[in-house]
Amino acid sequence: MNNTKANNSVMKNLRHLSLLLIFCVGVLTSLTDCTTHPKAEGELLYSMYCSNCHLDDGKGLGALIPPLAGSDYLVKHRDELACLLVHGIADTIYVNGQMYAEAMPGAEKLSHIEVTNILNYIQNAWGNNYGRFQPEDVRSSLKACDH
Amino acid sequence: MIFRLFFAALLLFSACTAPAPVGSLPILGNRDVVNGDTIYPTVRDFAFVDQDSQLVTNATFQDKAYVVDFFFIHCPTICPKVKANGLRVYEKYKNDPRVLLLSHSIDTRNDTVPALKSHADKLGIETARWHLVTGNKDSIYTIADDYFSVATENPEAPGGFDHSGRLILVDKNRHVRAFCDGTDSEDVDRFMLDIDRLLKEY
Repeated sequence: MNNTKANNSVMKNLRHLSLLLIFCVGVLTSLTDCTTHPKAEGELLYSMYCSNCHLDDGKGLGALIPPLAGSDYLVKHRDELACLLVHGIADTIYVNGQMYAEAMPGAEKLSHIEVTNILNYIQNAWGNNYGRFQPEDVRSSLKACDH
Repeated sequence: MIFRLFFAALLLFSACTAPAPVGSLPILGNRDVVNGDTIYPTVRDFAFVDQDSQLVTNATFQDKAYVVDFFFIHCPTICPKVKANGLRVYEKYKNDPRVLLLSHSIDTRNDTVPALKSHADKLGIETARWHLVTGNKDSIYTIADDYFSVATENPEAPGGFDHSGRLILVDKNRHVRAFCDGTDSEDVDRFMLDIDRLLKEY
């Protein structure tokens, strides 16, 4: 008799435990879904702020818009990229030996996290393998060119 | 009943996935019937100036099929995508004398002939095949209607202009025969098949 009771309460506890477990797994899954995925955000922001000109494949357009895919500029001017993205550029630049003289508008409203995600997308998309930026480095770069 | 439903569903799906229809392209726009004759809308007379300072008129496109769009050089939004797709059309028909391209600048104040020339050079295009034109602002804005496109000044729009990114196909009789969204490369693929279909009439 006592044994059955004990068994019953063990079963109850087990049921509670498993319910709790399911609940926890549910909460965890929804939480991880809510946090942004840096690569997905970088790609999305690229499509909003960059791809109209640099195009989805990062190849740019003739001698009008420089390529990002396989661009030596991304390596040689790595430390300036955050400021370029936010404040734009009016100077003539050389990319893979080709001169580009069109101005690029800046994306002034982006946060340093968003800039980091865009840069990391660009630096590692289309076969680029140019290493990652950390949000803290991007923040300090942006402080230096803040005006 | 179930079979009939299934058949209807099948029809619906096939309608969505059917390959480009064969036969001739329709003439687009509202038609009129006058004294028993069907009158189709046509592109009006025009005269613009291209990147080589040459006059470009309807006569430039006599006996040709031509692809039209509206753009401006300092366009911060869709223009590069449309130009990139325009370049695909240009490359495909570069050696076909029946096909030309005509891009109208809607920023007539800034896109002067030298600016258009430099733009064309940077795109790497030949004037004889792809005319980038400027001209009287109102004439450019109104001719957009004939191509079922949109071009207006709007200080609140990015870059100061509202315009459609359409590529429009016009035949030798000044009739619009097809168009596509110039920012959508798949739609442009389909559009190039339309060009091929039109060329069967030439």
